[in-house]
Amino acid sequence: MGSARLYATVAAGGFRRYATYRVATAAGVFTNTVFGLILVYTYLALWDERPHLGGYDQAQAVTYVWLGQALFATLAIQGGGFETELMERIRTGEVAIDLYRPADLQAWWLAGDLGRALFQLLGRGVLPFVFGALFFPTALPHDPVIWAAFAVTIGLAMVVSFGIRFLVALSGFWLMDGTGAVQVLMVTGMFFSGMALPLNAFPQPLGDIVTLLPWSALLQMPADVLMGRTDPLFAFVFQAGWAVVLLAVGRLVQGAATRRVVVQGG
Amino acid sequence: MSEGATVPESAFIEVDRVEKVFDVRRRTGFLQRELRRVRAVDAISFTVARGEMVGYIGPNGAGKSTTIKMLTGILTPSGGRLRVAGIDPSRERTRLAHRIGVVFGQRTTLWWDLPLIDSYRLMHRMYRIPDGRYRENLDRLVELLDLSALLEVPVRQLSLGQRMRGDIAAALLHDPEVLYLDEPTIGLDVVSKARVREFLRELNTERGTTVLLTTHDLQDIEQLCSRVMVIDHGRLVYDGALAGLHEAGESERTLVVDLERELPPVEVGEAARVVKVDGPRQWLAFPASESAAPLVARIAAEYPLVDLSVREPDIEAVIARMYQDRETARETVVQAPGNS
Repeated sequence: MGSARLYATVAAGGFRRYATYRVATAAGVFTNTVFGLILVYTYLALWDERPHLGGYDQAQAVTYVWLGQALFATLAIQGGGFETELMERIRTGEVAIDLYRPADLQAWWLAGDLGRALFQLLGRGVLPFVFGALFFPTALPHDPVIWAAFAVTIGLAMVVSFGIRFLVALSGFWLMDGTGAVQVLMVTGMFFSGMALPLNAFPQPLGDIVTLLPWSALLQMPADVLMGRTDPLFAFVFQAGWAVVLLAVGRLVQGAATRRVVVQGG
Repeated sequence: MSEGATVPESAFIEVDRVEKVFDVRRRTGFLQRELRRVRAVDAISFTVARGEMVGYIGPNGAGKSTTIKMLTGILTPSGGRLRVAGIDPSRERTRLAHRIGVVFGQRTTLWWDLPLIDSYRLMHRMYRIPDGRYRENLDRLVELLDLSALLEVPVRQLSLGQRMRGDIAAALLHDPEVLYLDEPTIGLDVVSKARVREFLRELNTERGTTVLLTTHDLQDIEQLCSRVMVIDHGRLVYDGALAGLHEAGESERTLVVDLERELPPVEVGEAARVVKVDGPRQWLAFPASESAAPLVARIAAEYPLVDLSVREPDIEAVIARMYQDRETARETVVQAPGNS
């Protein structure tokens, strides 16, 4: 398929674009490690007071922290992927170039963002996670099948993350300034993904609600699969379901945005 | 594939009474909106034959870019008929994209962070260029545009002139039959401009690529295009040979006289008018069609003349006059009664 090769090239480009910024990557690894340490000691203090909070023991809580740091940039949980770039292109009208290309806008940016995510998983995610696993007691599985299922949940989480941010980026077609939308993305990402506190430690009924939202597909699902707390099949269905819904909505909004541009100008 | 449409060779690009109307909503008060209907392109008609190189000029906001966007299919016309290579651009944008190339001078299609060659590999996949043809075209363009030393350089490190050459190559890798250039020489130094122009001339004469060139730089037009179209306020005000612009613009020549001393503006009746006085030097404008001799004779007889020179109208001044005349003639914003 010709278009598969096109999007593979776009994804490879996305990977290499981020790979060129080595100092930024090193700084990111350092930041995620430091944040991981801060959070780990906070969690340890919290779990000392409230053992088995959210059903996690201390090792599981520590594992959750390092996983969060590993996936923070990978899943652009608080933004920082393609969305600011796309919004800028919408604002300046450069999106016109993307539109006249014989390629689909959504697939183009999805491919590029998957390339970015893969780079950030390897370049920024692995090291803090290994650091955490070496210096702290963690709860990691020995079964390779679980690791394989975990890898799948990360792949699906990347698509869900893209789906959310694609919608945020498209809001630029209607908003004069996307700063607000990006800030909303940042706050919701931090809170609803469980970046600050695992979703299962949330008080009820808030806990039940947030686990149904798409953000729980980002960090909570891979974490629960890795620690054997969720049936992988359930996780796959949940994540894939949100991915399909978000991509479909993105497609509808993209259609409306394109019509608007095509009829009304940039 | 490229012979799919049966288009008479005489009309490769057909634009027939094409209009583009934008509705602009403007806030005029709390919860009050005024709807203005702006005619960006107003019933324009022209045809471009295969292999022609046409200059498309006009002041800012005249409708040039709107026309180009309609020709690429990223804007739908509000009315009229538009065909490029027999294809209706807005209906079959993707099919048309394989047959056209576009270069926006102020925007780049290249991958900013990556070496130039990566963007070309992307074009290879995007336009599904057969491997052999891709390599052949790449080699040729790299040689003609002198890109070999730049292929491994990230685009963000290229100078503007280098980037422009890189963009032109990117637009031509898939052998488009028509190339739209929107301000291809904007911001370039003299050497880079000359290089781009030379390349475009060769492209047009040797490969027969149809070129539609939008520019503010009239030297681009003078050096490249035998035909020029002038658009102003969404209407085509001139379409023809470059030489004919002078007549159409009722152009004037300028007589520059140096008098012995500072004097009030020279009085020569209807023959000429003084447009500028600077000390003993005065500038007189007179119709380009008239002879300068009687005017010079009369001034020499009545004034203490020291020196003189006659300046031919340059195309820039001609067009500036053309724009100005129309500006004063009409203000074209139609108030729409609708509210919604």
